[in-house]
Amino acid sequence: MSAVHRHFRLQRRYLLYLPLLFMTVFYLIPMYVVVVTGFKGFEEVNLRTMWTLPSRIRFDNYVEAYRNLAPSLWNSINMVFPAAIISSFIGSINGFVLSRWKFRGADIIFPLLLFGMFIPYQSILIPLVEFMRMINMYGGLPGLILAHIIYGIPITTLTFRNYYATIPKEIIEAARIDGANLLKTYRHIILPVSMPSFVVVLIWQFTSAWNDFLFAVVLTKPEFWPITVALNNMAGSQIIAWNVQMAGSLLTALPTLLVYIFLGRYFLRGLMAGALKG
Amino acid sequence: MMNKFNQFLTRIRNQDTLTAIALVAPSIVAVGVFVYGFIGWSLRVSLSAWKGLLPDYTWVGLQNYIELFSDPRFFVDIRNTVIFTIVFVAGSILVGLSLAILLDQNLPGENFFRNLFLFPMAISFIVTGVVWRWLMNPATGSRISGLNQLFTMMGLDFLVNAWHTTPKWGIAAVALAAIWQMSGFTMALYLGGLRSVPEELREAARVDGANEFQIYRYIVLPMLSPVTLSALIILGHISLKVFDLIIAIAGKQLPLDVPAIYMWQATFDGYFFGRGAAIAILLLLAVSLLIIPYIYFNVKNEADL
Repeated sequence: MSAVHRHFRLQRRYLLYLPLLFMTVFYLIPMYVVVVTGFKGFEEVNLRTMWTLPSRIRFDNYVEAYRNLAPSLWNSINMVFPAAIISSFIGSINGFVLSRWKFRGADIIFPLLLFGMFIPYQSILIPLVEFMRMINMYGGLPGLILAHIIYGIPITTLTFRNYYATIPKEIIEAARIDGANLLKTYRHIILPVSMPSFVVVLIWQFTSAWNDFLFAVVLTKPEFWPITVALNNMAGSQIIAWNVQMAGSLLTALPTLLVYIFLGRYFLRGLMAGALKG
Repeated sequence: MMNKFNQFLTRIRNQDTLTAIALVAPSIVAVGVFVYGFIGWSLRVSLSAWKGLLPDYTWVGLQNYIELFSDPRFFVDIRNTVIFTIVFVAGSILVGLSLAILLDQNLPGENFFRNLFLFPMAISFIVTGVVWRWLMNPATGSRISGLNQLFTMMGLDFLVNAWHTTPKWGIAAVALAAIWQMSGFTMALYLGGLRSVPEELREAARVDGANEFQIYRYIVLPMLSPVTLSALIILGHISLKVFDLIIAIAGKQLPLDVPAIYMWQATFDGYFFGRGAAIAILLLLAVSLLIIPYIYFNVKNEADL
């Protein structure tokens, strides 16, 4: 009786895989179309046969997409590393100071920073463009990098602050009794244990700068477009076929997808830090 | 001796205070200027007559706002935002919560599914939009393709539809692509919440004779309401800001217009900076209504800990 009962329960449990598999299909359908289309040769590409597998693997679409997107791919690469690295360091220093040193106004700064994380960037867009023109940084990558760094300050600062708040006070007190000043404490005590937080914040900033469209489209001229703007432009043009657009999509998504595949754990942590609490 | 040591510590502290201020001051000034200063600047532009390439700060009071509220396009925007928000937020929460409950059953392969459902989060809205633009191809007859073709191949012809080109409700199709992108994230939020429900509570209920459904209905779900609130606020503010996804799916088309796109077109295509700034400020107000209470409770909870 009990064996039969257990068997029954086992069967019923496996029914739960049905909705899970259904959702797996839902999440993978766009991926399937992108990959299948990307590897078809030009002669095989047809909207009518969107769902069929390629008869043989060809790279025509990727070659064509790369030919179109290469300059903007390099713009993205040149923009995203300085933006991610500099804003992570700024966040680390700010986070350390704000987690340890109580000064008047610290309680106001925290919610004000948090609010800065959520604002719709449309509300600062006109002044941002005007300002960049004023300081002669409009149109190129340095201006875009600066924007990513400054608007990244709230999230990087708050993520590091929360991490540093978990470091026992005694360790820092001990360093100070040994005569270490603030900078030395940061350099020798805090920085060496900051690696996990750096990975989280770097990945977060890398992903958001890579995926950004709004800042890029208003702050850069076509020759400095990052890949998201170039891809969107490609999709809007009548000249470039949809199969090349699919290959271009994969090219655009690949860097952040690879980060997700290999460092997913940290990616998730950043996501939660960004979402739940600053 | 002791006195000297204390003096030494005080000196370090004073020096440290100066260093601390020197380290954070640039960031605080930057955020102060680039966030709050710029919001003030936008507000000023929204109260000006600026229309054209050259800045014009002639004071016109609320005129730009008044014009917006008699502008049919702005009403299309509001309607689209409302439809998008309802479909996107409800859809993401429904899918996210269901998936989280399924993954909470300790099935083998849980990690695989979780990682799979989350991967769209790593992708840009532009990529999602470009791909879904072809999946939601509205062509019919001999040119049928994308999901519509898939539906006919599976004998589900009644599902064939015009997607984002559907009159009035087209924006709901865009919300579907947004659900694809964000429901995994919602699942992760709920999964975190489910994992924090103590196992003893469920065990106690089981001992009392409650079945699994009752346990979820009466014990687990009520404990998830803070997660639902967070999800509502985060998803809600994303849908108010939605911009790149629509641009990538359909470009700038009036039937799918939203405030963020109108703001962009008014400002950077039409050089009507006054109107663009007014839309931006209204958008900021709408987001603030969601976010400020959220921040208030977050900060208060933190202080209570």
